[in-house]
Amino acid sequence: MARVELSSAPVRIRPARGWAGINLREVWAYRELLFYLVWRDVQVRYKQTVIGVAWVVLQPLATAVIFSIIFGNFARMPSDHLPYAVFAMAGLTPWNFFSGALIRGSASLVANANLISKVYFPRLIVPAAGILSGLVDLAVVLVLLFFTMLFFRVVPGPAVLALPLILLITFGMGLGVSLWLSALNVQYRDVGYLTPVLAQMWMYATPVIYASSLIPEKWRWVYALNPMVGVIDGFRWAVLPGRPAPVAALAFSTAVMVILLVSGALFFRRMEDSFADVV
Amino acid sequence: MSDIAIHIEHLGKQYRIGKRETHRSLREALSDALAAPARAFSAAARHSPPGSADSIWALDDITFDVKGGEVVGIIGRNGSGKSTLLKILSRITLPTRGLADIYGRVGSLLEVGTGFHPELTGRENLYLNGAILGMKKAEIDRRFDEIVAFSEVEKFLDTPVKHYSSGMYMRLAFSVAAHLEPEILVVDEVLAVGDAAFQKKCLGKMGDVAKTGRTVLFVSHNMGAIAELCQRAILLDHGRIVEMGEVNGVVRAYLSSVAEKAESAAIAPPEVDKGVTLQRVAVYDDEMHNRSELDYRYPFRLRLDFNVTKPISQLSPWLSLTNQYGVVVFTTWIDYQQPYEPGHYTAVGVIPGQLLTPGSYYVSVGAEHYRVEAYHYAPQCLSFDIINTDPSFDGTLPGWGVIHPKLDWHIQGG
Repeated sequence: MARVELSSAPVRIRPARGWAGINLREVWAYRELLFYLVWRDVQVRYKQTVIGVAWVVLQPLATAVIFSIIFGNFARMPSDHLPYAVFAMAGLTPWNFFSGALIRGSASLVANANLISKVYFPRLIVPAAGILSGLVDLAVVLVLLFFTMLFFRVVPGPAVLALPLILLITFGMGLGVSLWLSALNVQYRDVGYLTPVLAQMWMYATPVIYASSLIPEKWRWVYALNPMVGVIDGFRWAVLPGRPAPVAALAFSTAVMVILLVSGALFFRRMEDSFADVV
Repeated sequence: MSDIAIHIEHLGKQYRIGKRETHRSLREALSDALAAPARAFSAAARHSPPGSADSIWALDDITFDVKGGEVVGIIGRNGSGKSTLLKILSRITLPTRGLADIYGRVGSLLEVGTGFHPELTGRENLYLNGAILGMKKAEIDRRFDEIVAFSEVEKFLDTPVKHYSSGMYMRLAFSVAAHLEPEILVVDEVLAVGDAAFQKKCLGKMGDVAKTGRTVLFVSHNMGAIAELCQRAILLDHGRIVEMGEVNGVVRAYLSSVAEKAESAAIAPPEVDKGVTLQRVAVYDDEMHNRSELDYRYPFRLRLDFNVTKPISQLSPWLSLTNQYGVVVFTTWIDYQQPYEPGHYTAVGVIPGQLLTPGSYYVSVGAEHYRVEAYHYAPQCLSFDIINTDPSFDGTLPGWGVIHPKLDWHIQGG
């Protein structure tokens, strides 16, 4: 009856190793746990709500409507000759996914302290699950965006094929930042309070509700140092017609994403050994 | 491959005082970092250097081997390092020095119901918890009915567990855990859940696991369970091994180390004050003299002092006696599910004479809302001896049984 899985190599337990790489094979071996943690997050998020998953649609819809009224109608924010609602939603969709990833990911280790102090598994799974659970919302919001565009008769061009790539960069960026913040949050709870503020400030420094064309030419390069500029502009380029590809900004974003991801993974790995003792 | 399942060499684990690393404030770290960037950064990751004064060794120079198929009990007082050892073997935390090699898939059970989410149903939690404990979905599917049957909560499977009674919750949680099938099982005090009947069932399940040839490391305060399940035991004290070997000898060493023979003993306050604090147990002889050696022939008294700091709707204080072989002789309710107002209480009970077989006994006391919440528990906090003064009685404990009662016999004939 016992399923004996004879492991030829012993599990070697040694004092902390210092700097080392992430063991991706092990993360893969725990993929079912990753799936269940994502599934739990998604399940729990809308339990005991009357309209359940409809909130996924209603929240960004309400935001888009409010922004449309305030910035589109009153402030007459330029929106690159597109209906402001479409323009704003095309910015809010990737941004909300990113900021959600940031906030959930950075809080994830502390929120799962009971798991970390009682069970072994590659800790990387925890922030990864926090971010992956945002994909479900993203998918729903993408559909919403599609219908909004349909309503305003905005048809995407061939650049839409680049959408998966843009989303991948967004995901990598969210994970990279979350690896840093979640590991720091275990040690310094200040991070938990700082992250939402950071997310908000970051949003205003990114062309989410306004167009990056608003920024004077002279300051563009400073502005482009924000790696999310390339991501948001890239997303708009992919879904909205007739926009030039922000090649330089996107390349910069991708480079920053890779640096964040690799350094975040190394830092996370370094801190991982002490999570259970500190959290 | 050798037949060694676990090999441990000079294992040590250091913690900062306070037992848990405290998360530092950012300001503190930043000012450190400004002073010496490199040092602060590595200190944040590696904690205080070994040997500094504000740290303790929760485990110190532990060396032992466990053979495949062996069931080993780990005993010791609270804070002796048992849980730290299990945490290291479960790979939850890393040792500070030394090494451990484990040959086989480890399943560790340091808590039941880890990761249970109150909003999810019993069925959902069962899968989630199974995955957390390292079971594959296919494995859970295959054993689903078995697990549910064991838990006795079939009817409530699709109810969120927040609506469960604590007993149901624990039963479901334990059932998942009980169906883990690793080669090496590491179990912390998790059998002390649920009501007596379910505890017995759990213990039986543990026994089955042990019989299938799996290697088990088992931590418990229940000496009876340890003696029953394990062949070998390890006694830890202050992070060191003080005794290791055949289970009965180690249990005896533990029992005599935990309870100083005294006529009364103060009880350490609970880790979390839940409104009831046991303070002191004492033994008196028939004439109300404080004694730790009692005459077999005469009744004697046990006294428990406890404090109630907030109104408790249903309180059941209890007392139990364990003999020198770790067998629980009896457990008795001092009071059962009664309301208590804040105040100081003293309970005195009489144990009849000519009842307990001469030998050493250990008193455990507890206070709980039965099957709902344990307020305070003091295992084996006091020890006393029953002295043989009966000329007709020359027995020692095991041969004569747990009790040696004087009964009324009516003899006819002649």
